[in-house]
Amino acid sequence: MIEVRGLTKRYGPKTAVDNLSFAIEPGRVTGFLGPNGAGKTTTMRCILGLDYPDEGTVRVDGKLYHDLAFPMREVGALLEAKAVHGGRSAYNHLLCLAQTNGLPKRRVGEVLELVGLTEVARKRSKGFSLGMSQRLGIAATMLGDPKMLMFDEPVNGLDPEGILWIRNLMKTLAAEGRTIFVSSHLMSEMENTADHLIVIGRGKLIADCTMKDFIARSSGTAVRVRTPSADQLVRAVTAKGATVSTEDDGAVEVRGMGAEQIGDLAFSEGIRLHELTTVRASLEEAFMELTADSVEYRADVPGQRPNAAGRGTTIGSGV
Amino acid sequence: MATTTTADVKLSALPPVTGRAGLRGVLASEFTKLRSVRSTYWTIGALLVLSVGLAAAIGAGAASDLHNNPGDKLGFDATQTSLAFFFYLGQLIIAVLGAMTITSEYSTGMIRTSLTAMPRRGNVFLSKLFVFTGVALVVSVVTSFLAFLVGQAVMSGTGVSASLSHSTTIPIGGRVSPQAVTATNSVVVTPGHVLTAIIGTALLVTMAAVIAFGLGAIIRHTAGAIASAIGLLFVVPIIVQLLPSTWRFDILRFVPSAAGDVLSATVGDHPHLWSAWPQFAVTVIWALVLVAVGAYLFRKRDA
Repeated sequence: MIEVRGLTKRYGPKTAVDNLSFAIEPGRVTGFLGPNGAGKTTTMRCILGLDYPDEGTVRVDGKLYHDLAFPMREVGALLEAKAVHGGRSAYNHLLCLAQTNGLPKRRVGEVLELVGLTEVARKRSKGFSLGMSQRLGIAATMLGDPKMLMFDEPVNGLDPEGILWIRNLMKTLAAEGRTIFVSSHLMSEMENTADHLIVIGRGKLIADCTMKDFIARSSGTAVRVRTPSADQLVRAVTAKGATVSTEDDGAVEVRGMGAEQIGDLAFSEGIRLHELTTVRASLEEAFMELTADSVEYRADVPGQRPNAAGRGTTIGSGV
Repeated sequence: MATTTTADVKLSALPPVTGRAGLRGVLASEFTKLRSVRSTYWTIGALLVLSVGLAAAIGAGAASDLHNNPGDKLGFDATQTSLAFFFYLGQLIIAVLGAMTITSEYSTGMIRTSLTAMPRRGNVFLSKLFVFTGVALVVSVVTSFLAFLVGQAVMSGTGVSASLSHSTTIPIGGRVSPQAVTATNSVVVTPGHVLTAIIGTALLVTMAAVIAFGLGAIIRHTAGAIASAIGLLFVVPIIVQLLPSTWRFDILRFVPSAAGDVLSATVGDHPHLWSAWPQFAVTVIWALVLVAVGAYLFRKRDA
């Protein structure tokens, strides 16, 4: 369990993380989301004691990271795949890390096999592709067989095969009951893997909730209705407080009412329905909506639908 | 590369542990780091080849000069002649290794991986310092002996070469004729003097390496650290030499590399410097202060 409380980190005049509090519960996959520059990496660096917070505390199982008896047995973290000395072989890179925590030498060979780098173990890592470097970084995280793993944007820059490999790996690790904390700026990456989400924007907490809640509580959920008497339906639902928009193909999108309520209402009003579909917003849309205000560097996206409903709101309870 | 899934590889269970990861493992780790990159071998190789090779070359030059001009035998310091290039050039080469031992962690980003594995930064810094200083010391002592032995072998016919097994009498005053030097005044260079010079010079070169290490920890940038080490060890003495003579000698004593002149000497003395060990203490103080500042910053700054 990792507890972040009131974490604030400034770099000069810029506040990268602003009074951030959340907890990473054991035994599940927590996705850490936010646009580029939201403070995800800074938060992870503070958890690992690489950067010192200006305010607030981070506790790993109740302890400061640098007080952990054998840090590699507790937490395996991969922040940058290329943060290795390129002149050192994969084997020696892993060996020098294993030695710091008194881990047995045989472990190095095992993790190299785990990630499929046995054949290039004696090669200097500066010749490695990004995918191979990523595997080397993951091998390092597994040296201490940690209960908890932390990955910062693990699929960034990988080819489809590498992405698939990382996804499968995370699923395997999660199935083994390990705690996984993984950051991404891509919602689609989280959609099938994360149980829980922590969303930040401009260093502030936007949401701390389950994946299901995150999608459901965003304003993106709508019901598409097709009916020959559209005008009558619009009058009926707006009378109940719902908002309506008409699609190009004549369908009506209703927000603020569930499909069941609309169906019941149509039945009692005698309106014939040809279609009644719940349109669930994708995670991507929910995310865009929630972080619309907190994107640091934004170009105007043509045709982007302005939507004020979710702005600045915090979903979930935080800590 | 074939797609590898993790399901088919099972990791063995780790042995249970008590206590906490300490200095021992980190020392082993830092030794692995140092021995597993090529730059270590390149710099040590360059140090050995240049120091010993130049000791041979300068010895051959001196032998020929002493043959043609016997008067130059007056006050000739064979030990210092063999060690001079080691302590001038050796400092420079090993300073590069010293700086890179720490700056390469920053230039490659490895520091963040290292400190994630072992977040107790004091342990990491001390281990790095101990391992590097140990390696630098061994390499310096070996190089110093080799430079001396090879240099003396080349000068063995001159009658004024030094030895580790017997004392040599060096004329410092007398009549010089084209055939011979008739000494009226001389000093005896004992094996003890010679040994002190060899070891002392090796220690000085080791301290130069530690100074560069400290600068590396402070500056965290390879080129910057090497440039400042060269500045402090080589350029500062040159600048001091250009100062008015009324005060340049008082300043020279406090220059970190000044000790080399007295440590490597077996004949004659330097009126403007302290004797060998007090002068060496100046170098050690420089090294300690720079390492202490480096250690403080290493612990305090964001990695």
